[in-house]
Order: sequence, then structure tokens, then C-alpha cells
Amino acid sequence: MKPQSRLDGLRLLFGGEPQKPAPGDFSPGARHLHETQKLTKKDLLAAAERHAEHRKKKTWLKRRWAVLIGVQLLFVISYRLDVQLVEGSLTGSRFLGFHLIDLNAALQLMLAHKHLIVNLFIGTATIGLVWAVLGGRTFCSWVCPYHLLAEWAERLHLFLASKKLVKDHPLHRGLRTGLWAVFALLAYGTGYTVYETISPTGILSRALIYGPGVALGWVASLLAFEVLYSRRAFCRYLCPIGMTYGVVGTFSAVKVTYDLAKCQHELECRKVCLVPHVLDHVMKGRATKEHLDVGADCTRCGRCLDVCPTGALTFTVTGLSRRPKETPR
Amino acid sequence: MSTPEGPPAGAAPAAPAPKSATDTRARDARRRFLQTAAVGAGVVGLSLLGLAPVLTRNKERLRPPGALEEHDFLAACIKCGQCVQVCPVSALHPADLLDGFGVGAPFIEPRKQACDFSCDVAQCILACPTGALTYHRPPFLPTREGSRLPAPPVLLAKEKEPEPTLNFGERMGVARLARPEACLSVQGQGVTGPARGPRFDGKKRWAETDRWTPVDVASHAYSLERCDLCVRECPIRGAISIEDVVGKDGVSKKTPVVHDACVGCGVCEMMCPAEPAAIVIDAREAWEGA
Repeated sequence: MKPQSRLDGLRLLFGGEPQKPAPGDFSPGARHLHETQKLTKKDLLAAAERHAEHRKKKTWLKRRWAVLIGVQLLFVISYRLDVQLVEGSLTGSRFLGFHLIDLNAALQLMLAHKHLIVNLFIGTATIGLVWAVLGGRTFCSWVCPYHLLAEWAERLHLFLASKKLVKDHPLHRGLRTGLWAVFALLAYGTGYTVYETISPTGILSRALIYGPGVALGWVASLLAFEVLYSRRAFCRYLCPIGMTYGVVGTFSAVKVTYDLAKCQHELECRKVCLVPHVLDHVMKGRATKEHLDVGADCTRCGRCLDVCPTGALTFTVTGLSRRPKETPR
Repeated sequence: MSTPEGPPAGAAPAAPAPKSATDTRARDARRRFLQTAAVGAGVVGLSLLGLAPVLTRNKERLRPPGALEEHDFLAACIKCGQCVQVCPVSALHPADLLDGFGVGAPFIEPRKQACDFSCDVAQCILACPTGALTYHRPPFLPTREGSRLPAPPVLLAKEKEPEPTLNFGERMGVARLARPEACLSVQGQGVTGPARGPRFDGKKRWAETDRWTPVDVASHAYSLERCDLCVRECPIRGAISIEDVVGKDGVSKKTPVVHDACVGCGVCEMMCPAEPAAIVIDAREAWEGA
């Protein structure tokens, strides 16, 4: 598999480590840039100043939080005020009467129940199509309510870590692939949707709409685990929903695109990224092409865009965004 | 500003970079493997705890009309709560985590709020996107003997309409006179005022007064010489009647008798003025004959 290709992104999603490209993997344009790009100390100092300015804007963070909170509010208001706009919760709903079914919940259900009815099929296919276009894990950062809580927990974790009170314990990313398989097998074998029992996504969505319960204790302990032991552990290493959506988004139209010519290789983007392995190519000398789409595990959260002052990372939409051709050299 | 060759993916900024010595790296890898395995095993183990309630207390859960057999129901339910949202009397609640694998699945507490079919059609079945609640159970899914109704239940509120039935085929449970000694009818006692007192907050539809709007049970006062609320308020035709039954003492008493048209909706249990209720629903119970 060619490093930094879309298919290679799938390998990283399953837990593989990024590979250093071989000399023959580089496009002529990328090689030229790697050879000629030289940053002086002055450039870097100027960049640092721009960083401070740029970071304050938080453009994508604001947009994303607005969407995420907006989606939850739509569900809550629809039910509480009985406007019937989006009925149900995140696992399954009806938007203006049209069925929408969460892909991972549908998968668990089909494996457990071994029977598929038309409405379920319609809902699953619709959601599958939507996220295949919008970028699978876009669901994670733009819709999943646990993601928002986990972001706040992450801030606390980083603060405590800076005071040397806690330490991050990175786990092996292959764990999520393993758990995905285990929960699929459990659903098939036991006939129960076992993962739904502990899914913080489902629990939080229902708690917001139908009222809180004991289940929130489980969500709180997950957050505590992330604060005290392992940064963003659930979204990074555990959640099978993220895995399912990641696969769906492998070839999606909406993605973050990297522009080698604009990159100063400061690696600030990797520090804020939930899945830094998808940004392996921002390191000096790694990018094999002048423009690279960020891999399947990317949640399209835009935090990297918010910290990158040079515009080396942007959202692009296949077929809509003007994409410069690789410079022939 | 970071070093040109940044830290490995996911590493904490505070973590000291390991000396490149091979044994340190191997030790770290081993440690990470163990931590990963422990976390994975912990998550799977905790999720499997959800089996315990399914095997014990959940058996008493009264599910909405049209629900598949319990195991199939929990497999097919996507825990979205659309059934909960459409119920006009809010009889359905999504279960909490203490229900284990049943978390998020709807259930009814009939004593607090029964399913009185004031929606006319079992809206929850219409709302269900997965077929966990269904009018017509597919033939390949199991159905216990006696849970199949003899005929589609006729809703008294629409008895005179072209389609008077509720159109689902399996009962939710069966009503049972659990405490005949507390039954007001058996005792020959009457009812004055609201069935469950002025503070009871359940709702019910009285179709003869308002065809479409359920009202507070507390707002409906009775003046009966002999209680017959379980029969009077039963929404289903021919599900229950008061008969002269000769008791153990050899004396004939006016006693509620449940028939096989009973769907197990729980209105009799909700309306029973005795405390605790003399008549109760046995959830998931099959019909075993009169």
C-alpha cells in the first residue's frame, strides 16, 4: 500500500503505524519542495507571532460546537416542545418523517437480531450515504455529544499534565479494531446489542432527551479515566462507532487537505489532533505529494485548521474545491 | 514551537522522551501492551455485566404493544425512544443502565400510567423503525404458546368504526386478580370520587366525553355502589367481566374474571382503587385458560 494514500489511511484507522515513505514514493513537485524549502529563524519567529493571533479566532471550533450543540437541541426541542422535527435519539430518528439510523447501532442490531426490515434499511442506507459524502468520522466531532464532553475533559487532562499531576498513557490503537470485532461477535453470539449498553453516545443522547439516569455515572467514569489516565481514551482507542464511521468515510468528498508548499512544519496541528497519526506527513520531509488528503481516521474537527496560521490545512470538497495540480518539474 | 521531529503520535507533551536504548523501548512497548489489554478486557467485562439484569429483574418488564418475545425484542430494539415520544399518555419510559442490555428499551409501569390506547392505533408500533414493535410478527420469529391473541383486539372506543381492531397479534401480558380479598367488588364496596385519589397523576381517555384527548384520572370522579372499574374502564372488548364466583367459603361473590381477549395493557391495574392494586398485569404472561 502506498504510504499516505487513501487506502493507507484505512490501515492507520485499523491501528497501523504511519510508514516513512521510500525515496521513490515522492512526486517530483514534492521532492523539489522538500529540497528547496528552507526556513530561517526569522521565519519561525514570525510564524510564532502569527500563531498567537490566529489561535484566538477558533473559527472552526465555534462552528463545530454550534453544530454539535444545535443537533442535540433539535432533538430535545422536537420532543419537549412537541414540534416533531427530529423524533427519536442519535441511535435512530426520523427527520421530518424520514428514517435515519446510526450505522453502528444498526450493525449491532442486525448481527443480534439477524433480520432486517425495510424502514431500518432505508434509515441505515440514508445515514451511510450522508456520512460517506460528509466524511465518516465527521459524525464524531460534529454530532456525538460525548465528543464535546471529552474535549472538555481533555483540557482538564492537559492542564493537570502541565502541572505534572497526571500523565498520559497512550494505548495501542489496534485496540479499537479488536473491540469492534469483539462487540460484533458478542452481538451475533448473544443476540443482544451488547455495545449499546455502554455506548456513551446513546446514553448521553437519551439522557438529554428523556432525562438523566444512573447511566450518566458510567459516562462520568469514562471521562474521569480520560482526565486521570489516558488522554481522549474512548474516542481514540475504544469506540466502535468511530471505527464504523471511519471506514464509511475512507473515500468521502469532504476532507482536510494538506498543502506542502504552505507548511512550515511546526507540528502544532499534531499537538491538538485527536488522531495525530493521520498528520504524519506534516513532518519535515514526509509528504510524498504537494497536496495530500488527510486519512480516514480524521474526524474533520478542524482543530488543526484553527492552529495552522499558514493555511497549509484546509477543508476541501471533491468536485467543488479548486485543487491545484501537482507542479510538473 | 516543537522540535522538528516531534514526539510519537499520542504521546503526552509532559512525558520524558525515552532514551533510545532498545531495552527501554521494549519495556515501554510491553507496558503499553499490558495497559491496552487491561483496558480492553475491562470494557468488554463491564459491558457483559449487562447480562445480569436481563436474566433477573427485566423479566417483569411490561413492554409496549406489539413487542417481540423478550430476547428478540432486546435484539431488535435500537433504543432510540421514538415509541416513547409518540405515546399520548407518556406510558413508555426508556430503561436506565440498571436494566443492563435492556438500557434504553421502552417499558410500561401500569400502576403509574397504563397504556390506554388513547392513540387508537398503537402509535408506538407505527413509530418503531426496526420492527421490535410490530403488528405482524414474522412467522420465523418465535411466539410462545398462549401469547397469541385469539383475534385482533377490538378497541371499544372505535367499536363502531369500519376498522375497530388494534391489529396486533400478541398480548403484552395478562391481568390477574392477585388479591381478591382486597377487591372492592368482591367485598361489595363502592367507589366515590376519583379512582386513585386526587393526587394521582396518571392519564386516561374517556372516549364518550372527549374522543381524542386523555385527561387526568384524578379529574374523573365516580359514584358507584359497587366497584366495577376494571371492567368499566377496560379499553378492549370482552377482555374482562364481573361474574358470580363461588369463593372458598361457599358464598357467591361478584368477582372480576379475565378472558383471553385481555392484551395486558394495564388499565385495570392503574384504575384499581385498592392499595396496592387487587388486579395486576403479569408482564409477558401467556394465556393459560380460564
